[in-house]
This record gives sequence, C-alpha cells and structure tokens, in this order.
Amino acid sequence: MELSGGEILIRSLKDEGVEFLFGYPGGAVLHIYDAIYRQDDVKHILVRHEQAATHAADGYARATGKPGVVLVTSGPGATNAVTGIATAYMDSIPMVVITGQVPTAVIGSDAFQEVDAVGITRPCVKHNFLVKDVNKIAETMKKAFYVATTGRPGPVVVDIPKDITDPAIKVPYNYPDKITMRSYQPTVKGHSGQIKRAVEMLLNAKKPMIYSGGGVVLGNASEELRSFVRNLGYPITTTLMGLGSYPASDELFMGMLGMHGTYESNMAMHACDVLIAIGARFDDRVTGKIAEFCPDAQIIHIDIDPSSISKTIMVDIPIVGDVATVLQEMNHIITTGNKQTKKKDIDAWWKVINGWRAKKCMSYDKNSDKIKPQAAVEIVHEITKGDAYVTSDVGQHQMWAAQYYGFEKPNRWINSGGLGTMGFGLPAAMGVQLAFPDETVVCITGEGSIQMCIQELSTCLQYGLPIKIIALNNRYLGMVRQWQEFFYKERYSHSYMESLPDFVKLAEAYGHVGIRIEDPADLRSGLEKAFALKDRLVFVDIVTDQMENVYPMIAHGKAHNEMHLSPHCDLPQDPERELS
Amino acid sequence: MRHIISILIENEAGALSRVVGLFSARAYNIESLTVAPTEDESLSRITIVAIGTDQIIEQITKQLNKLIDVVKLLDLSDGPHIEREMVLIKVKAATMAQRGDIKRLSDIFRGHIIDVTTSNYTIELTGSGRKVDSFIEALAEHKILETVRSGVSGIARGDKILHV
Ligand SMILES: Cc1ncc(C[n+]2csc(CCOP(=O)(O)OP(=O)(O)O)c2C)c(N)n1
Ligand SMILES: [Mg+2]
Repeated sequence: MELSGGEILIRSLKDEGVEFLFGYPGGAVLHIYDAIYRQDDVKHILVRHEQAATHAADGYARATGKPGVVLVTSGPGATNAVTGIATAYMDSIPMVVITGQVPTAVIGSDAFQEVDAVGITRPCVKHNFLVKDVNKIAETMKKAFYVATTGRPGPVVVDIPKDITDPAIKVPYNYPDKITMRSYQPTVKGHSGQIKRAVEMLLNAKKPMIYSGGGVVLGNASEELRSFVRNLGYPITTTLMGLGSYPASDELFMGMLGMHGTYESNMAMHACDVLIAIGARFDDRVTGKIAEFCPDAQIIHIDIDPSSISKTIMVDIPIVGDVATVLQEMNHIITTGNKQTKKKDIDAWWKVINGWRAKKCMSYDKNSDKIKPQAAVEIVHEITKGDAYVTSDVGQHQMWAAQYYGFEKPNRWINSGGLGTMGFGLPAAMGVQLAFPDETVVCITGEGSIQMCIQELSTCLQYGLPIKIIALNNRYLGMVRQWQEFFYKERYSHSYMESLPDFVKLAEAYGHVGIRIEDPADLRSGLEKAFALKDRLVFVDIVTDQMENVYPMIAHGKAHNEMHLSPHCDLPQDPERELS
Repeated sequence: MRHIISILIENEAGALSRVVGLFSARAYNIESLTVAPTEDESLSRITIVAIGTDQIIEQITKQLNKLIDVVKLLDLSDGPHIEREMVLIKVKAATMAQRGDIKRLSDIFRGHIIDVTTSNYTIELTGSGRKVDSFIEALAEHKILETVRSGVSGIARGDKILHV
C-alpha cells in the first residue's frame, strides 16, 4: 500500500488504536488535515485553543490509561501547546503531540510560523523527534507511542515538516507491530532480594505508614495496593495524585498528606518508624521541610523511575520496578509465608492515630449564612454517589475537591498536580467526557481558573459534552489571597477578581445552561437541578464564602507536625504548633 | 568530588543538546565536555567531567540514563581508568631568558613547542586534567596569551570496555 506522509500519519494513529485526535489546523498541517478529511477511523476534535487540545488529550489519558493524541500547527500552534505538554510531563501522562513544522528546506531561516518546536519542548517532554524523511514517519510514530506509554509515561512530541506530508509523494506503508530501542529498555521487575528485605522491614514495623502516589494510578496497581494494605492492616495515606488509588471510605485510609493533608496523615508521617512510598516521588508539597521529614523512619521506595529514588529524600531500600508487579510479589510473600505483623504494636499505633483522627481536622462551619465551598463539594459527592469523574483547576477549589469529594476508584480524580496549571479543568473534562459519554463528568473550578480556557464552552457545544461545571466563585484568586492573608499581613495584592462576567449569561451565550446559587438553603436543590439535566452542559456558579481558607495547612518549609488547623476542629489548637 | 562520566549516545540530531540541556535545567556543575564520533558511526561518545557530592553525581547519572538517546553510561571514576586532556597554550616568549625557561618547563612536562614566532611559543601538552592544571600553574611567571583545553577524554583500564 502506497500512502502520502499525511495519510501515513493518520493511518498509523488508526493502527495504534487511537479514537480521538485533539487538534487545531494551520498552514503547516494542511496536508495532514486533508488526510483526516478523507477517513473516519480517527475522530478529530476541534478545540478553540491549542492549550485545550493538550489538556483534553491529557484528561482522556488520565481517565482511560490510553495515550492522548494531539495535532497542532507550527509556530504559535506549537507554542500554545507547550503549557499542556509541560502539564502532562510533570504528572507523567502518556501523550503523543504532533506539531507541524515549516518545510525542511526553510528550517532555520526564520520562515513564517517557524519555531524550533523540538528545542522549545525538549525540557518538558519524555522525548521528541523531528521527522525528516517520509519513509520514517510510521516507525517514528511507533517509537513515539512506545516511549510515551512504557516505563514512567510522559508526553512525546513528533515534529513534522510540511514537505514530508506532501500528498504527491507516496511511499509504501508498513506499521511495525513491535519496536525495540537499544537505548530505551524500561525496567519492569523489581529486585527480588530487595523486595524480600522490604517485606521483612515492614513486618517488623511498630509504627508503619504506607504512602502511595500517582504511580499507582498510572501503573494500574490499585487492586494490588488494596490487597497489600488489607493484608498488612496498616494505615495508608495518598498524595494529591494518588487519590482514588485506595478507597477514601475505607477505615485504613487516613486522607491525603502534605501541605493540605489531614492532621492524622501528617502526624503519622512524622511519627512513623517504617515508611513505604509506592509510586510517589517525595514532592516538596508532600515532604515539607526535608530535614524534618519522617525523622524516625526507615524508608522503602518503589518506583519505576530510578531517578525518583533518593532524589530529595535518601531511602533505605530502593526498589526499581513496575509498582503492580512489585506489589504482587510482596503480597505473595506476605500471604504465603505465614508472615505476621507485630500485632500488639500495630494496635497501639492505631490508638495513637485514632487520637489524631478525633481532632476532626476537616470540620468546617456548618451554620454559616454563606455557602461553604466544602459543603458544595460534599453535596456534589452525594448527588453523584461518589462515582463521577472529577476534573479540577488550581487553587483552593482544587484542594477542597481533593479533600471533600472522597474518591473510591482510581482514574477519577483528574487534576494538574505537578505543574499546577490553571485552565486545565474544563478541557480535561472534555477529554474524559468523550472517552466516557455516559458517565458523569464534573469540573470543579474557580472563577479565576475557568476563565483561562473558557473558550472551550464552544467545543463542548459542538460535541454535545454534558459536563457539569461547578465554579466555587469566591471572587478571589483564593489560594493567592490565602497566602497573602497568612504571610503578607492581608495585603491582597491583585488577588481580587474584579469585573467578573455574569457566568450564567456567559454559559447561555455559548448555548448551555447556567445556574447561580447564592443562598446556602438553595445549594442542594440547585446542584440537584444541574445534575438532573443529564444531556446538557450546566455551568453552576456558586457564590461562596470569600474568606474561607484551606485547612490544614503546612506553610512552605515547615515540618509535618507544624500544621495550621481550621478554627473549627474539635479540640483547641496546641498554641506551640500555631503557624507563626 | 570530581567524576568522569562516559556516555555512548545515539548519533542523532539534537542528542548533544539533550545532555547539555539537562545540566543547565537541573543546575548541575559541569567542568568539561567532549563529544566525538566512535568506531560505530551510529554512536557518539560524550565525556563529561562533573563535580558534586555523591548524591548529586548519582542523580546526574540517573538523569542521563533516563534520556532516551543515551545507550550506555559509565562513571569512570568508579574504577581504575586513564584520563587525558590536551592543551594548546600560546605564551609570550620574547627574551632569551623567557625562551629558555619555557622550553625547560615544557620539557619537564613532556610538552612540545609546536609553533614559534619572534615573540611567542605555542605549546602542545597532553596529560590528566591535573597535569594540565599544574603546567598552567608552572607557567605563572610567564604571560599566557591564550589557553585552549580539549576537555577530558577517559577510558577504563584493563579489559573493561564501554560498548553496546
Ligand atoms: C496558569 C497559572 N497562573 C497562575 C497560577 C498561580 N495560582 C495558583 S492558585 C491561583 C488562584 C486561582 O483562583 P481561582 O481559580 O479563582 O481559585 P480559588 O483559589 O479562588 O479557588 C493562582 C493565580 C497558576 N497556578 N496557574
Ligand atoms: Mg476564586
């Protein structure tokens, strides 16, 4: 079969099993768009901004576990995509981004819409390619998907000059079944000796703690993690990215850890004697002050990426490998070897933990005459039975969504944890809704963040995506305001959102439904009304308490036992642990 | 500690910039870097001299290994190895006294004077980075007009080889 470069590109997507291509056309990709026009295997989704194409592909990937695919033109198309590529890179999301490039003959001449896409994206991709020969397109695409989806996943950019896709030049098409690369052979199986030592260490622990992260979700290891935790009966906390890897309603679950983690999780981190980190990377939002991180603990770390191990925190037993495979092996040793934990010590440990839990750190004022954002998230949880796909933006609303939604399953919580990209939520929700047309998809956002990709309301109309946008509208860049309240003596420099649009009218202008909720008494009924409109996008503008803060909070550079707690916790605060 | 890291990398466009970009993005200290083709034309050899604590060097080698184009990597400083660097130095040699002293120093360090004008000598010298440093120090009394160092090349001693 002889095909042109443009046709090869699209055909290779089909052969790779790609359902959706998120893109935006332009000069350098016109040949490719022509090839798209003449087929209907791969469905092209026309976004309204290239940033949204990358976030939508990213959301699709996070929800399905399959790689997201993007097509943008050269120059501004590529630069607009960079934010989304970096977002995916920071959270290790598999993605293949095809960027058009000016014709080979003029590369380097500052041609119209030329940028060095390979150079610009290099620091925020797992790998990138510039294809200079039409005969290499199929093989390069295969490599791109292979690299993006294996090992520690990540985005891969394929830059394709226009002349390479020329419809007049046809070459034989062969999509390779398999590819091997001598320079890239990700490790899968963990070292058995290390695994045995780790299990011994765990079984001898008196105050153990399990800390799991996004790697468990990405590595499809939630089932293995559940067995592991239940086999041991040890407390488990997860990172922001790991939410859903273990069911939030389970009694062994302690809530999230880190900057906005629960009191009990952070206190237990500080006091534990053995810590096992599973598919987590000791991010600074998790560790707080490095010098005081888990001061008494021996640390075991399972990760597929050797460079994540002992990067910031030195560990005692490193295990490089696929998390699911390593956990299976651990579970096997624990269940078959008649192995016992130190039952008495563990019971005593749970007593201590339950004392911390009694503080009820997630309490908030339930009698306020203002709408509390936490209540809004809790009601969304109830209405959706905790089974929705929830995307989010960045700010206070993101933390409240993480803290109060209660994720039971993996791949349901979709947020930009690593890069913290405002504008992520709505386009990511589009990717999720396309993948799962019959599921409930909620975007919990702020009035600041939603305006960073608001144009996608138009895309949602075009493809009939019935996303529920829940805007926790505090008329502030709330997270910025919170830091200014705490650390800048309430000097609210440019964190107030003036001249906000009427979001109800805005939603209507885009052809959707808008609902505003201002009174706490209307909160439940308003949200019920929104979710009852099954096949419509509903923008719910919830006017929330402007001054509400996210608690608990560990200030930057403080240790886990130095939390700032909500004034609504059950026990009075220990004044020595007050934030200065 | 100073480490000599030897890398076999795919001879692809942009491969070098991935290595260099890594050092700048992660703020690692690099003392010298050399790149050249190998006997296998699909591979290039990069030799990097990097300075850092053991933890930093470990991160550097892990991050380099993570680059998709890197085929193999060896920290030569982990075992017995040979290190060589070449330097070309142009030094002022106008008087008989200067000429005599520079010639003597060059002989002591087993350098060669490879170009001569009425006012200067150009010396070629090969040795470990430290030897090159010592030679430059030894020339302190003279006016060095230009120094061109090649950066370090290294190879393991004995049977150990870095190959694919
Ligand atoms: C693209 C981008 N720019 C700036 C920031 C810094 N930032 C973090 S949270 C935040 C405020 C977000 O405001 P809003 O969306 O209203 O959420 P809220 O905190 O009020 O819930 C800002 C500006 C960011 N994360 N991303
Ligand atoms: Mg806000």
